[in-house]
Amino acid sequence: MAGKHVWQRRTTTRQLLIWFGWLLLVAIFVACWMYISNRTEWFFVYDAPRIAGDIFSRATPPRWSYIEKLWEPLWDTLNVATIGTALSLIFAIPVAFLAAKNTTPSVTFVRPIALFLIVSSRSINSLIWALLLVAIIGPGILAGTIAIALRSIGFCAKLLYEAIEEINTTQVEAISATGARQSQVISYGILPQIMPALAGITVFRWDINIRESTVLGLVGAGGIGLQLQSSLNILAWPQVALILLVIFIAVIVSEWISAMVRKAII
Amino acid sequence: MSDAQVVRHWRKPPTIERAWLRYGLLLLTLVYLYFSVGSYDVNWARVAEGLDRGWAFIKAFANPDFVSRRSDFIEGMTESIIMTVTSTVVGIIISIPIALGAASNLAPLPVYLFCRAIIALSRALHEIIVAILMVAIFGFGPLAGFITLSFATIGFLSKLLAEDIESMDKAQAEAVKATGASWLQWINYAVQPQVMPRLIGLSMYRLDINFRESAVLGLVGAGGIGATLNTAFDRYEFDTAAAIIISIIVIVMVLEYSSSLIRGWVQ
Amino acid sequence: MLRITNLSKRYKTGDDALKGVSLEVPDGQVLGLIGPSGAGKSTLIRCVNRLVEPTTGTIDLNGAQLQRLGSRKLRKARRRIGMIFQEYALVERLTVMENVLSGRLGYVGFWASWFRKFPQDDINEAFRLLERVGLDHMVNKRADELSGGQRQRVGIARALIQNPELLLVDEPTASLDPKTSRQIMRLICELCEERNLSAIVNIHDVALAQLFVQRIVGLQDGKIVFDGPPDSLDSAVLTQIYGEEDWEATTIDDTQTDKHSLELSGE
Repeated sequence: MAGKHVWQRRTTTRQLLIWFGWLLLVAIFVACWMYISNRTEWFFVYDAPRIAGDIFSRATPPRWSYIEKLWEPLWDTLNVATIGTALSLIFAIPVAFLAAKNTTPSVTFVRPIALFLIVSSRSINSLIWALLLVAIIGPGILAGTIAIALRSIGFCAKLLYEAIEEINTTQVEAISATGARQSQVISYGILPQIMPALAGITVFRWDINIRESTVLGLVGAGGIGLQLQSSLNILAWPQVALILLVIFIAVIVSEWISAMVRKAII
Repeated sequence: MSDAQVVRHWRKPPTIERAWLRYGLLLLTLVYLYFSVGSYDVNWARVAEGLDRGWAFIKAFANPDFVSRRSDFIEGMTESIIMTVTSTVVGIIISIPIALGAASNLAPLPVYLFCRAIIALSRALHEIIVAILMVAIFGFGPLAGFITLSFATIGFLSKLLAEDIESMDKAQAEAVKATGASWLQWINYAVQPQVMPRLIGLSMYRLDINFRESAVLGLVGAGGIGATLNTAFDRYEFDTAAAIIISIIVIVMVLEYSSSLIRGWVQ
Repeated sequence: MLRITNLSKRYKTGDDALKGVSLEVPDGQVLGLIGPSGAGKSTLIRCVNRLVEPTTGTIDLNGAQLQRLGSRKLRKARRRIGMIFQEYALVERLTVMENVLSGRLGYVGFWASWFRKFPQDDINEAFRLLERVGLDHMVNKRADELSGGQRQRVGIARALIQNPELLLVDEPTASLDPKTSRQIMRLICELCEERNLSAIVNIHDVALAQLFVQRIVGLQDGKIVFDGPPDSLDSAVLTQIYGEEDWEATTIDDTQTDKHSLELSGE
């Protein structure tokens, strides 16, 4: 083939490797799918459209009068999210300072502990925290609030320590150069720089927490989820429909508020 | 150096300039705190009683029990992992066309609104709520969990991907269009290279989230380790619960580490 | 009087930034430190107040051995050393007044500084200094609303409110236009004269240095290669410091020096 330029995007070996990678992915997927399929009563699944239609027809129209009983749980849900977020910040801020490379007292000793706290808090879903706290301190919104707080510590601390690591260091140097003590260097040199990030993270997590706290009631940790659970237990679908609608609206409103606040900060 | 010293006062200017707004917000916060904290009706005797159990739970972490519920444990974990993998793959595949449809610079208005509606619905409904409905419709088992997580993945990925497409470099996109490429060729040559690194990064992140979520779906019968965990808590078998929680943390750490590796490798 | 003896600095990367530098700065002298990028100018002045820890050598400021001080005594010593930075290094989200007052942090307790309760004397002095640098009308402006020249004036006020015995000035004009550069250099030199203050000024711009300082020290590869009055700088010396180049247009004779036109705003 003299005189002809052959152009290929990748070399042949590389191309083969990529094809092999895709093949492996497909094989894994098929194997996983077989597993799920074996554990599924396909008889029910074929019937699913009819069941879905059935549920839908029973759930409509929603039982509007039930809203009377939802105001209080909704108030509880709001409190669980708000107080939980506030509590989490009390712990998240120090943890973030211990985890950030440029503020931690010890990179080899303290930082790994702080990072481990963060990843543990983040790994455990707030429902699991709630499950645990209900077992320990009994059902109620206190358990829910603490569950939300525990889950949020990791989230807020992670975003915050990333913000701390990105600050401008000469501003901090300038404050140290005046002979300020370490606490003053933090309050004058670092805090003003991370305030916008902190405020943004707080409303962002608050918005997520509203969504999370709507379901905590399913495990007995208070809020509107409690009503959802009891309505489901007695198969009161019109009530379920109303509750889902209320949750939907609450989440949309909180997302809107959080977006507004974040826009105002930036 | 000082000639007739004039005393001049200085106070830090308030963050919110308008006084009525400043005090109004403060008052509102205090009133809210008063009523919200007041609404907590805590049974302190019950809490005190629980502290022992809390301590027992913390001690259980020193001595986790992986053995006594071994078969439940293995089955639950396998199911969680399998649901995570399948739902992430299916979620990605479906979310790509929806992301294209939800990008205002690509899609016509009706398509845009339809895709945005799907995204809003998926994001507003908590996974557990979706799982309850899916269990009601498809029956107990991992299929319900798989569908739930796929649906949640779609909302998450499509939204972030669509935002990424909307903020892509226009000049590159126009240059490819100017060559007379067809729509699909245009997506392939102008859009895909720009958003691919982010798509991979987001997918890895979602894999991580899906695993964490899969651990709770079992609470409502949608498969995974959650059911075993729930039973363990119900029976106060804290050592088994600790074993499960430790496994979840370890797997999440491994996923986070490998996702940071892959993201570094892609960029 | 500042006396630096045999100062060396080796960074963790293995780079020798300073190789046995010895230098004496008598009270009231403004010293210009010139040299190519990477010659160790910045390291030298940062070693004086130990923002960078020197490896060997001694730094003696009016009898105190700075290199030996523990962290508490170091803070006390830093209170008497003012520093002015290249990119101004103001805390951008704080007001002009807060930035100036931050120069007094070493004298004020944590909670007093947290609630911005500085002694009235400090506030009077801050107002006086802001008047002196021509910014008394911008007391409550946020630092990020100011222009470059204004920011550097705030930086100067912050250093001077420390009532320092020594001023360390790191490239004060590198981010400024030529006219503002001259104004800032003139301001620094005037203030040093008023207070009989000694200063080390790192500076890139050789002509600007010649115009204002009383003594010039040339640093090259971590060693002092020139030390003398500004008018003894000639092409040969510059070649020694910076390397081969046509230097005719760079240096200025006394005859060319324009001592008119540029007026300091605020006077």
